Amino acid sequence: MSAASYTYAVARPFDPTRAAGLVGVDGATIHLVRHQDLVAVVSPLAPADADETALRARLETLAELEAIARTHHRVVAAVAACTPTLPFRLATVHRSDDRVAQLLRREYRRFRETLDRLAGSVEVGVKIYVQHAGASAGTMSVAEKPGGSGSARVGRDYLRYRREQRDRRQHAWRRATSAAEQMDAVLAGLAIDRRQHRTQSAELSAAPGENVFNAAYLVDAGRADELAARARRLGAENPHVTIEVTGPWPPYSFTGSEHGEPT
Amino acid sequence: MSPAALPAREIALVDLLDRLLAGGIVLTGDITLAIADIDMVQISLRALITSLGRTTRSGVAERDA
Repeated sequence: MSAASYTYAVARPFDPTRAAGLVGVDGATIHLVRHQDLVAVVSPLAPADADETALRARLETLAELEAIARTHHRVVAAVAACTPTLPFRLATVHRSDDRVAQLLRREYRRFRETLDRLAGSVEVGVKIYVQHAGASAGTMSVAEKPGGSGSARVGRDYLRYRREQRDRRQHAWRRATSAAEQMDAVLAGLAIDRRQHRTQSAELSAAPGENVFNAAYLVDAGRADELAARARRLGAENPHVTIEVTGPWPPYSFTGSEHGEPT
Repeated sequence: MSPAALPAREIALVDLLDRLLAGGIVLTGDITLAIADIDMVQISLRALITSLGRTTRSGVAERDA
């Protein structure tokens, strides 16, 4: 059984020497599958790794997931640096290069249209966080209060403290969410399009505070800095939130239809 | 500015997965081993939480119901 084809992206043809030395998943060499004025960026994957069960098992291991994700991105970013590029979803594997060529033939119009739509554009990621001041335990000082009448009093104070803490957090969250909506409106005004991602769990991002907003903005590559600077300024002007900007990225979040469906 | 002109600083995996597991062209049909997005995000995030959870500062993620 011959090698399967890990497919990174479809792109406008480019000088292949610019992809020379580009290494794909599992250290395999990148090559191009061409159909008319489209190329698919591909590397061979050992057949044993290419069935769905094996692939899933690999992606459920953090180290493997990370290695494949970073390789996928490195290849996409390298190609996107030389030509309009449509990234594929992680772990898009075809059974052979012939099947990739069939795909290019079958989806030619859709790929061409999407490439035309995204040519020259990049995405900028913006995440907004709220700080929960005093969220850590240990700030309660009921024990220091004079006249405390035993454990019932301490218990009541504790419950009140917990309630106030929760109310403070909810208030901070609502204030940050409302600030995020306003900032989003400003940034969307600078962008060609926007997509909202789900907010990131605090366990995953080493980020400061709770993520209340996570979006990507599509802009002309020449305006990415402007949008990023505007986002940072909006964050700096608001004492209640922290802003993190990522990118510019290849337009990963905008490869679907106009309605945001990843068709 | 091209994506390749990015500073070489490490991209956070979680930001990358936002894009690679929820973005990008998704193909359907018999020739592809397509990974369903929602499904995959959950699998991956579970793997991440399991791996990273032990080293996360306690209390940071505390949440009142």
